[in-house]
Amino acid sequence: MIEVGDLTVTFGTGARAVRAVRGISFTVAEGESFGLVGESGSGKSTVLRAMAGLNRDWGGRMTVAGQPLGKTRARAFYRSLQMVFQDPFGSLHPRHTINDILGEPLKIHVIGDSETRILNALDEVGLGPEYRFRFPHQLSGGQRQRIAIARALIINPPIMLLDEPTSALDVSVQAEILNLLRRLRNEHRLTYILVSHDLSVVAHMCDRLAIMNAGRVVEQLSVERLRAHEPDHPYTKQLLRASLGYDRAAAENLEWFD
Amino acid sequence: MSGAGDDTLLDVKNLSVRFQTTKGPVEAVRGVSFTLGRERLGIVGESGSGKSQTGRAILGLTAKNGRISADHVRFDGMDLARTTDQAMRKVRGARISMIMQDPRYSLNPVIRVGEQIAEAYRVHTGANRSEARRRTIEMLNRVRIREVEKVVNLYPHEVSGGMGQRIMIAMMLIPDPDILIADEPTSALDVTVQLQVLAILDDMVRERGMGLIFISHDLNLVASFCDRVLVMYGGQIMETLDAGKLHEAEHPYTRGLLNCLPTLNDARDLAVLERDPAWLEPVGAGGPGGGQ
Repeated sequence: MIEVGDLTVTFGTGARAVRAVRGISFTVAEGESFGLVGESGSGKSTVLRAMAGLNRDWGGRMTVAGQPLGKTRARAFYRSLQMVFQDPFGSLHPRHTINDILGEPLKIHVIGDSETRILNALDEVGLGPEYRFRFPHQLSGGQRQRIAIARALIINPPIMLLDEPTSALDVSVQAEILNLLRRLRNEHRLTYILVSHDLSVVAHMCDRLAIMNAGRVVEQLSVERLRAHEPDHPYTKQLLRASLGYDRAAAENLEWFD
Repeated sequence: MSGAGDDTLLDVKNLSVRFQTTKGPVEAVRGVSFTLGRERLGIVGESGSGKSQTGRAILGLTAKNGRISADHVRFDGMDLARTTDQAMRKVRGARISMIMQDPRYSLNPVIRVGEQIAEAYRVHTGANRSEARRRTIEMLNRVRIREVEKVVNLYPHEVSGGMGQRIMIAMMLIPDPDILIADEPTSALDVTVQLQVLAILDDMVRERGMGLIFISHDLNLVASFCDRVLVMYGGQIMETLDAGKLHEAEHPYTRGLLNCLPTLNDARDLAVLERDPAWLEPVGAGGPGGGQ
């Protein structure tokens, strides 16, 4: 479904160039849920943004659903792939109603029957028709993230790119959104790429994952291996140990990887 | 101090914070009571639970439209709820310090970090410049910053989030406070950097007998780092637990929060927290788990 080969992303030029992604490769099968994990600055979100066409300065190869991707994307490309962003407060237009927000992808892709589709999309994400004419500020963080998911789903893309979709939410709301994303994936046989810094979230949502550090993939492993606490790479081992809570001995023995 | 052991640094009784808003009054904190010794005391809760407002009210840092009331907030023979502004200024920063979540917003962007730390020391102690500089370098070494001589000349935007938070900690600890209130001090940091920052706070409690109030939304982190934990919901303390026994919590709210956390080991659907309106009923001054 998705093939990424030797992907590089560089910001700036010359001596000040920042090589955010330094030649990474992975494949994601149809219907699979794939996690990209890393700390801040590891390049994980940059990979998603390059894939979604939000950043044109990339090198290497990317193929989505059999179609090689160029620097620019045809409109039809976005019917196969949509993205959900981290911050539900920043990703919805504050002066558009939910109806406008959900109607926009339908207009862009010239899809009719918008009223039924909007009501359906609201229902899919567990919101009633009464939300249709509200504004984002009248919604809680969790409800806003549901709207962002509905907006991505409304044109029925087979692939969803999820960039830290729950990291701005309380844990009780996170649980609801994660359950929703799992249900939608089952019902629509979606392919997910989930970017997160949280190993527990990725373990809960994904089948396989890649661990990134400093623009490179240090290791790819199955969720079973992660659950068994059997990663190969020392970086992954350290990340796993640090994410289990405070551990004095681990704090004394931190190593730095570049 | 009445009814408390010698090691009690802070004794909060029936603390409330009420805000006047355009939509009517909001009670952010409702009758919270607890004591703090030379320990790591965690306050956990979701957004809006009142955990941050509890921390701010102790130092009188509540926003202008808020009103603090309390039977008492005892600290070293004073009642911080009734003290004068002048006396409060001598406590704030010098004897009770606070660290916020994001160092990028708490550091002055146009002053080099070394000068900011030195200024904090000079304000509280009246020391001269060279003494302040010597102490600054000593503190930065203590929070395990490498190449200190270089770092003191950097501006806040030139340091990473983790280093920024260590600089904040150095600044807050330089007057040698009795109590540190840390509000989500590691939430913006990577997990490995978080470990380092926690180890520094841990040292301050162990080596200098400081009292630490550690405010966080992260139950697992608090369980592994703190000695005791207050669980807050709707402005009240639902229960107080030994941190090591957090996973044996009995209150349905605490249990509900624990159950909705994803874990490495379990791929089943997550439990959804069902909120019981009874949790919002007043638990009464010092109620279950208050005081001690």
